[in-house]
Amino acid sequence: MALLLIIFLPFVGSLGAAFLPANARNAEAWLAGIVALAVTVLVALQYPQLAVDGVLRLSIPWSPTLGLDFQLRMDGFAWLFAMLVALIGLLVVIYARYYMSPADPVPRFFSFFLAFMGTMLGVVLSGNLLQLAMFWELTSLASFMLIAYWHHRSDARAGARMALIVTGTGGLALLSGVLLIGHIVGSYDLDAVLAAHEAIKAHPWYPAIVALVALGALTKSAQFPFHFWLPHAMAAPTPVSAYLHSATMVKAGVFLLARLWPVLAGGDLWFWLIGGAGLLTLLIGGYLALFQSDLKGVLAYSTISHLGLITLLLGMNSELALVAAVFHMVNHATFKASLFMAAGIVDHETGTRDINRLSGLFRAMPITATLALVAAAAMAGVPLLNGFLSKEMFFAETVFVDRPDWQRLLLPVAATLAGMLSVAYSLRFVHRVFFGPPAAGLPHQPHDPVRWMLLPSALLVAACLLVGIFPGATVGPYLRTATDALLGPAAPEYSLAVWHGLNLPLYMSVTALFGGFMLYLPCIGRRSERIPLLGGIDGKKAFYELLVMVMNRSGWLLGYLTSARLQTQILVILLVAVGGSALPFVDGLLQFGNAPMTAPDPAFALLWMVGALCAVAAAWQAKLHRLAALILAGGAGLATSLTFVWFSAPDLALTQLAVEVVTAILILLGLRWLPPRHERFRDGLPEAPRAHLRRLRDALLALAGGGGLAALTYAILSRPAVDGIAPFFVAEALPQGGGLNVVNVILVDFRGFDTFGEITVLAIVALSVYALLRRFRPAPESLARPAQQQRDPGLAALLPASGQETGSKPQETPSARPPEAKGLSAPADLGADLPTGYLMLPAVLVRLLLPMALLISLFFLLRGHNAPGGGFVGGLVFATAIILQYIVGGTQWVESRLRIHPLTLIACGLLAAAGAGLFGVLGGGAFLTAEAWHGSLPLLGDIHLSTVLLFDIGVYLLVIGATVLMLVAIAHQSLRGLHRDPGGNARWN
Amino acid sequence: MELIFALAVGVMAGSGIYLILRPRTFQVIIGLSLLAYAVNLFIFATGRLRLDAPPVINPTLGGNPALYTDPLPQALVLTAIVIGFATTALFLVVLLAARGLSGTDHVDGQEAEG
Repeated sequence: MALLLIIFLPFVGSLGAAFLPANARNAEAWLAGIVALAVTVLVALQYPQLAVDGVLRLSIPWSPTLGLDFQLRMDGFAWLFAMLVALIGLLVVIYARYYMSPADPVPRFFSFFLAFMGTMLGVVLSGNLLQLAMFWELTSLASFMLIAYWHHRSDARAGARMALIVTGTGGLALLSGVLLIGHIVGSYDLDAVLAAHEAIKAHPWYPAIVALVALGALTKSAQFPFHFWLPHAMAAPTPVSAYLHSATMVKAGVFLLARLWPVLAGGDLWFWLIGGAGLLTLLIGGYLALFQSDLKGVLAYSTISHLGLITLLLGMNSELALVAAVFHMVNHATFKASLFMAAGIVDHETGTRDINRLSGLFRAMPITATLALVAAAAMAGVPLLNGFLSKEMFFAETVFVDRPDWQRLLLPVAATLAGMLSVAYSLRFVHRVFFGPPAAGLPHQPHDPVRWMLLPSALLVAACLLVGIFPGATVGPYLRTATDALLGPAAPEYSLAVWHGLNLPLYMSVTALFGGFMLYLPCIGRRSERIPLLGGIDGKKAFYELLVMVMNRSGWLLGYLTSARLQTQILVILLVAVGGSALPFVDGLLQFGNAPMTAPDPAFALLWMVGALCAVAAAWQAKLHRLAALILAGGAGLATSLTFVWFSAPDLALTQLAVEVVTAILILLGLRWLPPRHERFRDGLPEAPRAHLRRLRDALLALAGGGGLAALTYAILSRPAVDGIAPFFVAEALPQGGGLNVVNVILVDFRGFDTFGEITVLAIVALSVYALLRRFRPAPESLARPAQQQRDPGLAALLPASGQETGSKPQETPSARPPEAKGLSAPADLGADLPTGYLMLPAVLVRLLLPMALLISLFFLLRGHNAPGGGFVGGLVFATAIILQYIVGGTQWVESRLRIHPLTLIACGLLAAAGAGLFGVLGGGAFLTAEAWHGSLPLLGDIHLSTVLLFDIGVYLLVIGATVLMLVAIAHQSLRGLHRDPGGNARWN
Repeated sequence: MELIFALAVGVMAGSGIYLILRPRTFQVIIGLSLLAYAVNLFIFATGRLRLDAPPVINPTLGGNPALYTDPLPQALVLTAIVIGFATTALFLVVLLAARGLSGTDHVDGQEAEG
């Protein structure tokens, strides 16, 4: 339980911090501090039990069918790391409270900071490799957010992106490696993986696994050649650099290498890959650190170098080296976090981090200087400080490494050289900043900061000293539990002591100290930014060149693989679909059955002769004769509708018929805005031969597709029906659904949730149509009045001349509020009882139709549960009647009389349907469980009310609203420019 | 009957396929309608063709599944018809807007070269 709290407290805190007001700097810091403190205490409290049990585990079923559990596992090593993460997190929170400016959006900072803490603890405490990989990527994301915290700065954005790309790619490699491990072991459980180390090492995939895991770890820990992202990550606020980019996140890589050390280490591959990368990084990082002019740059390269040292130790295939690596992880985190804090204080107090501008700060800020001095000495490996101890262990390992001769010589020399570099850059850091003549012309007058800002750094420096002087009494037992947890019974004996006698490692240390002094001497007065020798290695440039190359090549490949042209895309889709469906035909798998057929009916054959003719003719005419094509397609739809009714599907026939009508009106309304067909076609001018070829190709494809679908249909129809789940619906419609019309019962009851989703889609589509048309700009040649309207004198008087419309704003709202009569050119016409002109007679009939249509639609709605009908059909019928009013009466005339609010109808429909669903919840069932009420009322007699009816009413209202909204929105486009007052403002909103 | 039905599906699907490969938006919208008819009929066909057996339960005969045609494809197709209407409307408005913005009714928003 405590383990769970350790992981989740930071995330909860992160959420909480995100919602605090921007100016609540103290509240934020308190929240983050309390969370960090609580996590620290919780982690610390686990130790006694851990010392007894060895490993603490917690497993929560996550996806049991996949064998995935959420597993937390804390052993000594994980404990040590979790403690590091929590404790340094706590100190950095205190530091950040004073570092961050009141002008910074602090909620975001602390929110991501705590989220990072949670993800890092997740990496450390994961008992499952997949889960570890997930938290691993989350740390990359959190780091991205924190590097880009000052996102107005382009260097911050670029640095964040670079870090994310490099570590994210590494994370993917790690995931692949983990998947391979899981495949070999048969489990992602860390315990199982650790137990299966022999099987993994013997497996042919072992090299691939090592390479992939190494890729993940080396990118994360900024090892050569992936080291370049870390200096650019220094664009982050300094507390972030101190926490993520020196103490914790960059340690995730070496943490993982140590975690999997028993499984993967041993052998030449590991030595060369991990050890080689570590050695190169150690030297290159140390060398480059010597020439940085940015304080944080020095620390970043020194971090890279120290991480290289740890990686090298891990790559040496020796248990003692592993111990030294773990020890150095802890030591480095302590002194480097403290140094970053010191660099941040200098930056905060002087306004610059440029090592060439800073000088002689010791006088102005003695406490900061002292703290930095001690921490830098620890970094340099000066005796009586913690850095010295682990560096001595490192030197000893290089001397006693079990390798062929030349490597036994090379490694100690390289180690001593690295030690010298470390001394030199530490010296340079301290000497340049705190000694020499007092700096002039700094942005601020420097002085020591408030005590609370110094406290975290001071505590870390105290830890450096304590560990350095009394290693056995302070860190000893915890280090022992950590290494025991990693190595088990194979854990070696070692003693943490300051004095091991006069031995080779000590001589190496002394050489490094003096050599470092000598190395620094030529650099004392150096001001140049140029880096000798290795200046040509520019990881950033290589990274961007690679990035550009990848993008160019992808573009080139996409040019071959895809087309921006819709026709080509559809052609490819159809070819694949038709080709894929043709496979069964080729294999002879498709056989026609011999189920009993229904007897052929000449009438049906005639129906489809007409229907097929309509379809083909529509395809033929759609280019030049749109109206004809629309009518012909409608004919095919009618045949479809009749087919439904023929084969026992009355509901479908009704719906199809209603939809057919509405669709036809819809497209008719749109026809006006389409361009006139080009003269060339009308004149019968010859076309390019390619067009003929293309049409022939498409016709052949259509033939293949249509023929294939026909064969498939016949194959299905000629086989006996399969007993699927249909009998259930038929048998249970009445007992469970309380309705006789099975289709309707399925729609509103059994599969009510689907229908709820469907009507929601319908509502969204209607609103999208409405929204799209608000920004509609008709083509200029479509603006003129149609010839029919211009010929009719009544309409011509009513409607404005075409010239007025150009440049008019799109009309704001096609709502049904009546327009004010004044300002229109012919107000008398709108006041008339009937529209004038040739539509007077139909207008009378249509007005009579409206109440009857309402009645019929309600009839369909109410009987839908027991007989063909339902909300869909009812709604469509009524919507059609309303649209007929528009068609015959004209938009303005109708809207001056009839108030319909489609948006309200849509909202009511959705609310009614959702309300019907909630009744089910209130009744103790699932959402949309039907609730029925039987009873009798005076006069009315027996009454049966069901929430299903309410649901269907919702469907009904929504269908009316959506249909009318769409149709009226299109219809209103013809009135552009009409509803403007002289000021040009739309009056209908 | 089954053969006629299958041929009807094929003819409509073929006409639809031909049309959705054409360059003009109006051709595509009509093609999609035809294709939708064909596909709806195809889905409907998975419930087999039965005469005079609508899935409306006769209270005197009871809910014996053998007496009625398969209601499930019908429910699916009913949904498909309504959603088909919605997509047609959306497509129509998109094509009108595209025509207004690009000045052409070519599906790519620009006339093909050559």
